[in-house]
Formats: sequence, structure tokens, C-alpha cells
Amino acid sequence: MFVYMDHTATTPTSPEVLKAMMPYFSENFGNPSSVYSFSRKSRAAIEKARGQVAKALNADEGEIFFTGSGTEADNWVLKGTLEKAMKAGKNHLITTQIEHHAILHTAEYLKKYHGASVTYLPVNSEGFVSVEDVRNAITDKTALVSIMFANNEVGTIEPVAEIGALCREKKIPFHTDAVQAAAHLDIDVKAMNIDMLSMSAHKMYGPKGVGALYLRKGINIENFIHGGAQEKRHRASTENIAGIVGFGEAMEILKSRLDDDKKINSARRDRLIAGILEKIPHAKLNGARGDKRLPNNINFSFIGVEGETLLLDLDAKGICASTGSACSSESLDPSHVLLALGLKHEMAHGSLRFTIGRLTTDEQIDYVLEVLPEIVSRRRAMSPLWEDFIKTVRS
Amino acid sequence: MALDYSQKVMDHFINPRNVGEIPDADGVGEAGNPKCGDIMKIYLKVNPETKVIDDVKFKTFGCASAIASSSMATEMIKGRTVEDAWNLTNSAVAEALDGLPPIKMHCSVLAEEAIHTALNDYRAKNGMEVIPMEHHED
Repeated sequence: MFVYMDHTATTPTSPEVLKAMMPYFSENFGNPSSVYSFSRKSRAAIEKARGQVAKALNADEGEIFFTGSGTEADNWVLKGTLEKAMKAGKNHLITTQIEHHAILHTAEYLKKYHGASVTYLPVNSEGFVSVEDVRNAITDKTALVSIMFANNEVGTIEPVAEIGALCREKKIPFHTDAVQAAAHLDIDVKAMNIDMLSMSAHKMYGPKGVGALYLRKGINIENFIHGGAQEKRHRASTENIAGIVGFGEAMEILKSRLDDDKKINSARRDRLIAGILEKIPHAKLNGARGDKRLPNNINFSFIGVEGETLLLDLDAKGICASTGSACSSESLDPSHVLLALGLKHEMAHGSLRFTIGRLTTDEQIDYVLEVLPEIVSRRRAMSPLWEDFIKTVRS
Repeated sequence: MALDYSQKVMDHFINPRNVGEIPDADGVGEAGNPKCGDIMKIYLKVNPETKVIDDVKFKTFGCASAIASSSMATEMIKGRTVEDAWNLTNSAVAEALDGLPPIKMHCSVLAEEAIHTALNDYRAKNGMEVIPMEHHED
């Protein structure tokens, strides 16, 4: 059985989306900036997509700017806001310890090269930021508050609307990285007082290589990509027309089935969580429960086992999953998110994330519940940490 | 990033040799710490007459290359004398596994250290000179 449970890493471009994109490669290939009527088709396609994305967020069309990725949108917001604010003497950025590296590494860059001062707010054991902490961190130098909508590793949904209201009251621009959240949750940028929001098409069954920034009318930030006059002079470079068309289409489809998907995913998520807790002793669920957790996220730590070994064992059984443990990545440090939640290093090394989605079936949930307990117990049997742990539990 | 492990690494990871403990071991050694994400524990059974390692077992917490390194290293010292086993180097372990990704080389170092610690435990218990250990910074 092939089981893809890594929808948070990426999703397949859906057939309807691909179909909508196809005419914009070889047929309607005109450069939207050209004058002749042939290029109007390209221009019209981009504007249609802009409308589709805007509608899904309850934004105005003029407030959506397409980018090359969610990461680019994050870079744009942080650099574009801080660079401009610093000219006016404001150099303070408030963010959290659990952001994606697109935010954290950009913040580090701003510190290193531009003298920005950054507050990384802590989170509680479930991954929630406190609105009071945000309030207390604000100074007269604060130029931007950037707090993710929902965490990619543990799925915790932050109190975005409350933080938005606070920032609006304090007249401080508020950005949220919604790269994961936009694929699962209803987002109303007006009601939630969001000034800027980043997202990405490939997390919602659209193509890779296209993202978007929602920039509320009246919020002026410096450009990030300099060059031509595309995107109303805000984001230079010839538009990725097919990608943008795919994004618009993907967003519209997503929105039309959001409530149904949420119900199906939450039910399967909760069944997988309950099954793991029942079948595997000393399994620890990371993150929150219920509707404050992304409907598709399941993240566990298994004491005594390292995450990468589980991934490879699952891979041998045809299951694609992920780990916050960086042992599977270039860096050997454990997940900064799990450490921020207060996990010990060895538990943070032993995390395993399943993210379900449109490719998931009930049979696949059963299959994971059938093979995972055996894998964990086999690896635990060869672990000196598990041996020590069990001794302390028994004594 | 997906790590490219050799077939030998995958073989020793999926079917590790010499997993377990020896309750009446003649030498026990441990290396690594949970903070780094790797701990290796080695148990030796040594023939009192010939000083040959008759049996060796390991338990390892860590990634696939840590488990594969333990498995390969224990295979490589089995049947060797305690003097000879000391000469096993981390690069020999990595080579026998057809290489490890550069970022995972510390796993083979850990295997060497765990074996040296176990051998020194044996030496100390048997009135032999304890050999100073090289501690690798990794």
C-alpha cells in the first residue's frame, strides 16, 4: 500500500487545477505586460486568479500580490517593513520561537545586517502564544508583529484574531504566515484585523513555485524584488501565469469544500491520535487537541526512539511521513518548535508527524495503526534510552 | 532533505546484527548522550584464555546510521582479540558500510568510542592497563 501522509510538506496539483493551467504554457503564452491584444488573455487570467484568491480571504483584489513562494512573501514582509520603518527610527520586530525558518532566518538576517531588534515570544506546552505576551512586548520602537496562523509541525492554531485586534488598537502592522492555515481554515482578513498574510499554492493542491502576499490597502512596505512594473510596481519579474492561474483555481476549489474537508480530516485525525495512544504505550501527542489544532495534523514523540529511524521503517512499509527531528535534514539539531514547547532533547529527536489530506483514506488510517506499533516496539527494544526509561517507570 | 544511505547502511539498519544485551558481560561501554540524539551501549563477552571477543551485543538510540554503525562495528570486532579490537577505527566502520553521509560520520566515531569504552572496562576489570581515549569533538 502506498500511503502519503505528508500533506503539510506538499500536496499534488489537482487534475482540475492542472487542466486550468495547461493553456497558459504553450497556447496563451503572451507576456501580460505587452500591449497587443494577444497578451490580454494572460493579463485577464492573472486578474481572474487574483479575484479568486481575494474572495477566499475576504480581501479586495488590489490587496493580493503574487510571489514566487510563501517564503518570498515572508521575506518581503519582514525586510520590506523593517527597512522602511528603520528610516523612521523603528527597528523592533515581534515574532515567536515557533515560526517557520522563512521568518526566523529572515529575522536573524535583519538583526545581523540592519540592526533590527527581535523579540521571540515563547509558547506554552501546547504551542500557544499568549496575547498578553504580545501586548507586553510592544514598545514605541515596534515596527511589526509577525505571528504564524498555525504551526506547521504541531498544528497549533494561534489566537490570530485577538492579536490582530490588539495590533490594530496599537496601530502596529500585523503579519501572519498562513502558509499552512490557508489550506484548512476559514480566513477573513477584515474580521481578523490582519494587515499582511503569506500563503503558498502547493500546500493547497496548487502548483509549486507560486505564493501570494495579502497587503492591506494603506500598508506601505518597501519592495523586495526590484525591476519591472509587474504587480502594480510592487513585485517585479514576468508573471508565472500558469502558476498564478493554478493558485486561483486551487483556492476556489479549496474554499468550496473547506467545511467538508475539515469534518473528514478532523475525524480521521482524531481516530489516528486515539489509536496511537491506545496501541503504543508512552506515546506523547505534541500540540493541542480539538479545534485549536489543524484538522490534518498528527504529531507524536515516542520516548526511546529517534524520529528518522521511524521514517525509514515506515518508508519500507510504503508510508510517507515526516519528522521535526532534524536528523532527517541537513542540520542535526532537534526541532526548534518541539524544544519551544518544552520537550526534552531526546523527545524532540523522537518526533513523528503525519499530515493527512485528500489522498488519505480510512483504510490508510487502519494500515498505519496496524504497522506503527510494531515498528515503535521493535526500535524501542534496541534502545538503551527505552531500557533506562522502563526501569524508572517500573521502580 | 532525504539522506542517501548506501545499501549496506540500509541493510544493517533494517536488519541490525548483534542487537541485545549480555547480562554477565566482561566489558560494558557507552558513548554519546541523548541531547545529541545518539547513545550507543556495547556489551562484550571475552574468552578468558584466548582474550578473543566471543560475543558482542549492542543497544543504540539514534538515527539509521547510528544503528548501522553499531551493527557493523560489532560484526567487525567479533572474533578478534581485545588488543586487536582496539585498532578498529571509525573510518574502517564507515568504509565497511560503503560510506556515510558527511553529516553522519559522527555515528561511526560514536561506535569507535563505545567499543573503546567497553574494552577499557574489560581491561580495568582484568588488571590490564587502561588505554587513554581520544575524545572526538563532533
